[in-house]
Amino acid sequence: MSAQSLVAGVLAGPADLDAVPMTAPGPLDKHAMAALVARDIPAGSFVNLGIGQPTLVADHLAADSGVVLHTENGMLNMGPAAVGDEIDPDLTNAGKIPVTELPGAAYFHHADSFAMMRGGHLDVCVLGAFQVSARGDLANWHTGAPDAIPAVGGAMDLATGARQVFVMMTLFAKDGTPKLVPSCTYPLTGLACVSRLYTEHAVLDLGPDGAVLRETFGCSARALVERLGRG
Amino acid sequence: MTVLVCADADEAVAGVRDGSTVLVGGFGMAGMPVALIDALIRQGATDLTVVSNNAGNGDTGLAALLAAGRVRKVVCSFPRQSDSWVFDGLYRQGRVELELVPQGTLAERMRAAGAGIGAFYCPTGVGTPLAEGRETREIDGRVHVLEYPLHGDVALVGAYRADRMGNLVYRKTARNFGPVMATAATTVVAQVREVVDVGALDPEAVVTPGIYVDRVVEVGS
Repeated sequence: MSAQSLVAGVLAGPADLDAVPMTAPGPLDKHAMAALVARDIPAGSFVNLGIGQPTLVADHLAADSGVVLHTENGMLNMGPAAVGDEIDPDLTNAGKIPVTELPGAAYFHHADSFAMMRGGHLDVCVLGAFQVSARGDLANWHTGAPDAIPAVGGAMDLATGARQVFVMMTLFAKDGTPKLVPSCTYPLTGLACVSRLYTEHAVLDLGPDGAVLRETFGCSARALVERLGRG
Repeated sequence: MTVLVCADADEAVAGVRDGSTVLVGGFGMAGMPVALIDALIRQGATDLTVVSNNAGNGDTGLAALLAAGRVRKVVCSFPRQSDSWVFDGLYRQGRVELELVPQGTLAERMRAAGAGIGAFYCPTGVGTPLAEGRETREIDGRVHVLEYPLHGDVALVGAYRADRMGNLVYRKTARNFGPVMATAATTVVAQVREVVDVGALDPEAVVTPGIYVDRVVEVGS
């Protein structure tokens, strides 16, 4: 049975689901997910890590990776969170957390910072999400609930501008419904922008032809596709 | 026009009119010109449109201006934060209007205003609720949305040091929106930790040239 017939187009290929490797004995925790993302960031990349779980990726980048972190409030070569005497109210990340600077750091104003994104200079950004569609549409800024106060920040600029957008999220919502969907029901952040999805159960490539499983954790590809299809 | 080095923050914000559009620098509290905002509250201008990245933190700065009932509309990218209770309350009561703009588009709209650009096409937000009903154009195979410049009547900017010609330098990520806002308003006011003599700033390090700046005031650190 093909993946498409199981889940109405959420997952395309590979032709043989049984060929997808299971590379961990159980679901990954957020630190293991962050380590996988870090593994896949090419050495020397300029990278923006979104607020929340994506910031954990920084802990797993090898010291000699040459990855340069960008923060949209105007800095390249951002260092780890500041502690004790390092805390300086003039030096924060996009989440307003005090951070440090690494040798080679540069500061710039907001228009330049976002020109770096839109202009295609930022290699990778890693974002969280409420929902992602199989073709890479992203919903991560607004639940659409009537009493919710919308706040978009730099999410749309990053989703549209970074050369590659990786998403880290749980594959299923608390009520068990899949967050990888044929078409997002939450308000969109960007169209066809996510290229890879990291979840506790699997890593998937997303694109115009749909989602393709790369590896699974603690379950077979076939079982996962069936669970996604039931959602 | 020569730069006015003001004696205090009250002099620096004198003359702001009701109904003005006020660009307020800062990203969270970094670069937030708190002394100027406090002075604006005392000055009394109301019915303001405030353009800033956030909509106030805690009970000081922009949050205090909102709490004083002086703001009709907020144009920003990220109003909702853990400590934005003042804005949240006013918004839920329908007492303040919100125009939500993606952060980079917010900066670029002010850059365009300061640079004399009539409008620009930007790919950010296409296909999302923020671009609904807007004019779009496909350029090189990619859909863009038309964005208009965002001018201020007044800009309130927090910088690190100024000289008496209004040249400004900033410090670390407190730079954020300051240099862009300083180009985009009719009257630009900078609060700085220190005003130094002409010649004391390295010309190679000046970020905002004094041509953009109308008033500076030293507020200490």
